[in-house]
Amino acid sequence: MNVPEIFESMEYGPAPESSAEAMAWIDGHKGKFGQYINGQWTKPAKTFDSRNPATGDVLAKVSQANAKDVGAAVSAARKAQKKWASLPGHERAKVLYAIARLIQKQSRLFSVLESLDNGKPIRESRDIDVPLVVRHFYYHAGMAQLQDAELPDREALGVCGQIIPWNFPLLMLAWKVAPALAMGNTVVLKPAEYTSLTALLFADLAREAGVPPGVLNIVTGDGAVGEMLVTHSDIDKIAFTGSTAVGRRIRQATAGSGKALTLELGGKSPYIVFDDADIDSAIEGLVDAIWFNQGQVCCAGSRLLVQEGIAETFYARLRARMDKLRLGDPLDKCIDVGAVVDPVQLETITSLVNSSGGEVYHAATPLPEAGCYYPPTLITGLEPADRLMQEEIFGPVLVGTTFRTPEEAVQLANNTRYGLAATVWSENVNLALDIAPKLAAGVVWVNATNLFDAAAGFGGVRESGFGREGGWEGLLAYTRPKGGNAKPLKPITANPAPKEVATADLDRTAKLYVGGKQARPDGGYSQAIWSPKGKLLGHAGLANRKDVRNAVEAAAGAAKWSNTTGHLRAQILYYMGENLSARADEFAHRLKDMTGTTASKVEAEVSASIQRLFTYAAWADKFDGAAKGVPLRGIALAMNDPVGVIGAMAPDDAPLLGLVSLIGPAMAMGNRLIVAASEPYPLSATDFYQVLDTSDVPAGVVNILTGNHAEIAKPLAGHLNVDAVWSFSSSDLSAMIEAESAGNLKRTWVNNGRARDWSSAQGEGRDFLSAATEVRTIWVPYGEG
Amino acid sequence: MTTTTEQTETALSAAGLPQVHEPRNDGMPLDLDWVKSVQANTSAIERRAATLPGRRSVKKDYQAAWLLKAITLIDLTTLAGDDTEGRVRRLCAKAANPVRQDLLEAMGMGPIHTGAVCVYHDMVPTAVRALEGTGIPVAAVSTGFPAGLSPFHLRVAEITESVKAGAEEIDIVISRRHVLTGNWQALYDEMRAFRDACGDAHVKAILATGELGSLRNVARASVVCMMAGADFIKTSTGKESVNATLPVSLVMIRAIREYEERMGIKVGYKPAGGISKAKDALTYLALIKEELGDRWLQPDLFRFGASSLLGDIERQLEHHVTGHYSAGYRHALA
Repeated sequence: MNVPEIFESMEYGPAPESSAEAMAWIDGHKGKFGQYINGQWTKPAKTFDSRNPATGDVLAKVSQANAKDVGAAVSAARKAQKKWASLPGHERAKVLYAIARLIQKQSRLFSVLESLDNGKPIRESRDIDVPLVVRHFYYHAGMAQLQDAELPDREALGVCGQIIPWNFPLLMLAWKVAPALAMGNTVVLKPAEYTSLTALLFADLAREAGVPPGVLNIVTGDGAVGEMLVTHSDIDKIAFTGSTAVGRRIRQATAGSGKALTLELGGKSPYIVFDDADIDSAIEGLVDAIWFNQGQVCCAGSRLLVQEGIAETFYARLRARMDKLRLGDPLDKCIDVGAVVDPVQLETITSLVNSSGGEVYHAATPLPEAGCYYPPTLITGLEPADRLMQEEIFGPVLVGTTFRTPEEAVQLANNTRYGLAATVWSENVNLALDIAPKLAAGVVWVNATNLFDAAAGFGGVRESGFGREGGWEGLLAYTRPKGGNAKPLKPITANPAPKEVATADLDRTAKLYVGGKQARPDGGYSQAIWSPKGKLLGHAGLANRKDVRNAVEAAAGAAKWSNTTGHLRAQILYYMGENLSARADEFAHRLKDMTGTTASKVEAEVSASIQRLFTYAAWADKFDGAAKGVPLRGIALAMNDPVGVIGAMAPDDAPLLGLVSLIGPAMAMGNRLIVAASEPYPLSATDFYQVLDTSDVPAGVVNILTGNHAEIAKPLAGHLNVDAVWSFSSSDLSAMIEAESAGNLKRTWVNNGRARDWSSAQGEGRDFLSAATEVRTIWVPYGEG
Repeated sequence: MTTTTEQTETALSAAGLPQVHEPRNDGMPLDLDWVKSVQANTSAIERRAATLPGRRSVKKDYQAAWLLKAITLIDLTTLAGDDTEGRVRRLCAKAANPVRQDLLEAMGMGPIHTGAVCVYHDMVPTAVRALEGTGIPVAAVSTGFPAGLSPFHLRVAEITESVKAGAEEIDIVISRRHVLTGNWQALYDEMRAFRDACGDAHVKAILATGELGSLRNVARASVVCMMAGADFIKTSTGKESVNATLPVSLVMIRAIREYEERMGIKVGYKPAGGISKAKDALTYLALIKEELGDRWLQPDLFRFGASSLLGDIERQLEHHVTGHYSAGYRHALA
């Protein structure tokens, strides 16, 4: 078209970004890449093609790592780790700062390479991905700088295996590598096989930044390489971002290995629009929610919930907006939606949509003739029971339904196995700030969507995974309390029955404690509890899976506890301390009878238990969240939410103090709890019913089971309505619990057979509070005029 | 509600360009439910406005064509206390020949002219004479421009006088106080009276958005003025401390879009003040194209209120033609 013709048509025309520099970098490597191990490139071997999804052209050949490569990478990382961690924080800060600066200086090269390899529009890689990458390294350079002063009690985990997805190749690398290196870990990172190139460019640049050999290693290849990392015995931590199905397999594969694990998985995030919202802005938000990166975003607002009264208007305007989206060459600066990453993914999206009911609307926007493109799509008229309302599509497809009331909006929003992100649009601050904390999501955006920053934690609940990336909370995933591994915990067995039985004066019948009432064990079995000297102290019920089920149901029913104020919970915990104190002698006697230890020891345990209740009463209204300094007019709140329903195996060795050490933090943070009493010494727990009964603890908040830990732990860890499971049992349950937890990907906190000194600082404090909470990030941009 | 029965017709303008004439906006009774339901979330609007320049880009011939289009959308304006007849004649001459002939020829373009010339009432006769035969309409700022605080009957009379003097477009200013106090009825009545006084002349309602306090007020004032029959809504007088901005534009054109959705009538948009760079003009055009559609990229529905924008565009066009960066003195003064 010539100028006069364009003057009439007013079309945009092509605005291509040059790929010359990116291709020159690939050529500089002769189009072939080996592994990046110990600061060196290995010779390319057994290569596979890395393609441009927009054209199908081969960009480069990348090597499939074998077990030897992975082994070499891990041992290089291991060798480098001690020295890297022992550097002053400032030295690591300098390296991370250099990385940030170098990426900034090569920002266009990274952006173009990312768009070539992944298919995302250059606008996104240039204006979103790469600036966030830079920001992440800057931010964590600061964390390295502050580590010595601000985290004196924590240390690096060691060698981290990191497996990242193809949707944000470089950004996910930054989210994983920056905090790991900042805290003194070393890394073996595996990029997704579709999109390895920016990670390889990053390796080149890491050398320039002065990252010591072995500190950063990059191995490429398919899922088999990821599996080698997951199962490698010399890796301390696995961090994975990807699908829930693979996350679940990783959870099972790492169960009992002692490896730390964080998972950032799939989502079906609700996007709620109330009738008082700025409709046009909410529609524009959807462009950033579901048509960002072709909808291949784990936190994409993919489930539209619109208030009924405005639904028709909303859909009509949304369709009109969709028609304006421009699909095409990702390197064109005038393109909104690029190519889907791979033909396989395109096929999945196509078949999911083709099988769907409802009213399917494809944007009336021209599709390029070749390449992996799928049109922006809206499916309305679906119900929660429809498959596409439940399943992640991971493509540019939005599904929608309507709601009547705020309460129904929350119900619909939370009617999902996932819990990554959520979006709320309303001009009513009361409504928006009421809804935001009620949504099952790790991140909530109010009147905005897909806002990210290094200072604000990101991560999910439910089957969207666990762990946070970004902020101070993100550092928990790359550090552990100092002091290394504790001593092994020896199994503690119950006192054996004597040959001659000395009976008590009057039978005391302790049952299970479920829903604020004593309940007979379902199985109708109990065990006799003997003193070391053979005195019959009483009986304790043997809980079975049905008792677990009932206890979980009671805990689930006590959801109101999670909405109580910290002040109220503090009063109840103080009251528990007071009532325990009133019965101090009785509890001391019981401990002495069961364990046979000295009077001074049991008195100390009772006293420590009272103190512990006071500690958590104190914490109940003081484990504050934070207002994050994000670069935006607005705030990002980090709120410490209760995890929900926690199943816990109490330590065997401190029958009262151990019990209280779990009940305390769980209650203080607003959780409901099913706790299995010390298996050999359960009677302190059954006595504790009296304390609970007299302290205004609402029914169902604390449920206590007695019996065999393994019997209780299995159904508890596998229960799909339990959000976390802790185990401090002296039975070897860690592997089983972690494997069982994979069902709904509940968080686990297990002792891996290691001892903990319950009477010391190890037995309380922030680690417990963190385990009892999920950080929820709520973004509230604001501004008027 | 009453809509005009005038048919959409296509005619050739003096410049030989096809001009499509839309039915005029006769307005509708004030609908307060609608007015009060209008929301404008500032931070979301700012985000959209901030990311737009990164989302759309026009290059090479496309950029040149878009810049030429922008010229045809300019209300070439002089609103200074020291305006004289000579000054206005010079401006009119530039309006009729905004781009050097050799540059137009190099791009294969025929003659083009600006959308209008915009002056104070006293300069209307001069401008009308100077533009005779060019097809360029004269717009007059009116109603006690820029503050709009002279006696109401005089403001109405001023419109009548300007129309009598040959102005085909009247840029009125609204009473900001009606918006700031939420007196939508008063705003509606005022706008109605101005519209009636305009007769066949088209009326542009200047909201003075920099003085309305919030984007929500901008949105609501836009709706009320359209209900009262505004042919165009316009951001600013150019005399406020904040004039046209992208967020304000987004709010106003979304109001225009909703008015068309509901009423089937296209109202025009004129950002004024502060748009002085060719690149800004491209961003505005992209915004209009995205949010309202191509139909609005014509002078009957979109104008830039600008005085120095043309100069920057001329330099960009010369750069496009020659490949060399240009100099101001190589282009005729406005």
